[in-house]
Amino acid sequence: MSVSITVGAYGVAFGAAAVANGFTVVQACLLSLLTFSGASQFAVVGVIGAGGSAISAIATASLLGVRNALYGVIMAPHLKVKGLKRVVAAQITIDESTGVALGQEPRGIDAMRKGFWYTGIGVFVFWNLFTLAGALGAQAMGDVRAFGLDSAVPAAFLGLIWPRLTGNFERALAVGCALFAIAMTPILPAGLPIIATAFIAIAVGLKR
Amino acid sequence: MTVQIMTTLWIATLGTSLIAFLLKYSGHSVPERWLSHPKVQRINALIPIALLSALVAVQSFSEKSQLVIDQRVVGLSVAIVALLLKAPFPIVVLSAAISSAAVYNWL
Repeated sequence: MSVSITVGAYGVAFGAAAVANGFTVVQACLLSLLTFSGASQFAVVGVIGAGGSAISAIATASLLGVRNALYGVIMAPHLKVKGLKRVVAAQITIDESTGVALGQEPRGIDAMRKGFWYTGIGVFVFWNLFTLAGALGAQAMGDVRAFGLDSAVPAAFLGLIWPRLTGNFERALAVGCALFAIAMTPILPAGLPIIATAFIAIAVGLKR
Repeated sequence: MTVQIMTTLWIATLGTSLIAFLLKYSGHSVPERWLSHPKVQRINALIPIALLSALVAVQSFSEKSQLVIDQRVVGLSVAIVALLLKAPFPIVVLSAAISSAAVYNWL
């Protein structure tokens, strides 16, 4: 239940963010239906909103989507699905479904599978309904700044990363990348200051 | 110009969706050892932190390719305070929006 409410709130924030950054309601809904991965979706609208090209938006979102491939690797041996069922399982392989499934591990394989499918499908339904609501709401607003939507978007991003800032190392990386992106904004073409920080993460990850 | 922007949005929407699915599907289909290397795992944990922090910064302090300081700084500061106070996500976003809108409308 608390998962649903949180997902709903993120969905509204995403739908509103997409429209505030120039996407249509249909495009916002397609992103939620087809991409169905919160961080990637926020990244696409964020990079485009900052004036970035389609390529840099896709690249940024895809780097964030690599996470889901790793979840697939973890889930595949437990799910053992083929054909169309594997296609559906892949689409709902996200943070929440994988997290719940792994949480059920001590209770056996059936509980894991149940957790994965129920959570994945439940989040899918909520996420898409609330995306539509957020997109329609933002569309009705007109000047999004008068409603504070220009600040709601970065606040939503911040809410996404906050739980990941578990130690001093992660916090330093976050602050460093934020400062780097600001410093590069007047110099590099739009979108590149953001994606360049992925290389900082890779360099730091290789060295550590 | 408008046609160009619409095309950019569609390419971004559909391109992201296609790659997102291929990534998810590949995880279910490639041999486990390809992706379970500890370095891959570690880098994968760091990439969202880097990209999303950069996004927060750019979305808060830029207007196209110019750096600006406006009502969004207030919204961001309020969001940080809310997160430090362990407020739930909807409160974080709402308090940021309300404070930013207040500055934009009344100052």
